[in-house]
Amino acid sequence: MDKKRIRFLLADIFYISLMVVPIILGMILKVLTTPMSEGIQITGAQIYFTIPMPIQNLVITSAQINSFLVMIGILGLCLFLTHGLKTKNISTRQHIAEWIVEKVNNLVKQNMGEYFIGFSPFIAAMLALSGFSSLISLLGLFPPTSDLNVVAGWAVITFVLITYYKLKCGPLYYLKSLASPILLTPLNVIGEVATPVSMAFRHYGNVISGSVISVLIAAGLSGLSHILLGWLPGFIGEFPLFQIGIPAILSIYFDIFSGCLQAYIFAMLTMMYVSDGFPMEDYFKKRKKKQEVV
Amino acid sequence: MMLDLAIGIILGGCALGAGTAMIGGIGPGIGEGNAVAKACEAIGRQPECKGDVTSTMLMGCAIAETTGLYSLVIAILLIFVAPNLLVDILLNAVR
Repeated sequence: MDKKRIRFLLADIFYISLMVVPIILGMILKVLTTPMSEGIQITGAQIYFTIPMPIQNLVITSAQINSFLVMIGILGLCLFLTHGLKTKNISTRQHIAEWIVEKVNNLVKQNMGEYFIGFSPFIAAMLALSGFSSLISLLGLFPPTSDLNVVAGWAVITFVLITYYKLKCGPLYYLKSLASPILLTPLNVIGEVATPVSMAFRHYGNVISGSVISVLIAAGLSGLSHILLGWLPGFIGEFPLFQIGIPAILSIYFDIFSGCLQAYIFAMLTMMYVSDGFPMEDYFKKRKKKQEVV
Repeated sequence: MMLDLAIGIILGGCALGAGTAMIGGIGPGIGEGNAVAKACEAIGRQPECKGDVTSTMLMGCAIAETTGLYSLVIAILLIFVAPNLLVDILLNAVR
């Protein structure tokens, strides 16, 4: 009995360290590699090293590293929450895990219907990855969602899913739906391509605009306090009067609210596009016909 | 001297273009204002469906924002990416 308990505790410690260690490693990496800078600076993701490739060099940036750190952290969180599942006398963490699963299942059922219930793990993964990637900026790390490449990758996944479900009735049906009013064919093709582009730009633009505005306001506030107190001698002259507290209010909106809202909207749009693109009635009619023939 | 002038014209053109691109921010402002006003009306009429109305409104606002974000992305490209590229092209052409 005692041995079991010790093993349980050791596993718990391992899972918690799986959550915490990647983020600490990311912070150490950032402190070691970021060059000293003066004044305001708005830069993209920092390039760690490049791997030479035949067509174009593969660039490993802080966005990729941080998104992998977030993935490892989420893996640790999931393992921690589902460790030691019981049927009676359930623990608090099992309550939380069941609440998450129930909520996501309900969301998928409401927005996509019973047929797509298998989508709920994918949607939950999307929500967690996008949300935590935006929230990581609270710890001072580079948020992966403010790099267009990362978000565009997610949007391409969604585009592949949409096209897969549109092709379920056969390629001829798909082409016919593209050219439904013959004159509007080019517009339909453009609209098809514009879906992933708009999804990627929406998420990226929201996060990057928040960080740009935060940097500008921090610079403006430091200038303001320099004007007000700069003529005083010694320590008081460099006292950051206005930088205390005011940027934190903006951070509540731009980092916490906007990041979580964008994660929700990305998942919501994925669900809506996939379930709208799937021609449900025609697909079931076709399947019935096939079964009758057989 | 002429090279400095040319670089100055490039930088000024990029800044002007970025400022002009952000005129696109007017549209989403008006649209989102309309959406929120209608949502307030709906909540005033039927306070019991506040949650549904709010989540639908946030969704609609996010979609209405898209055109503004397109112009934002173009403005960011013009400020941070385009000047370096164009100046490099100019210097290569002069050499």
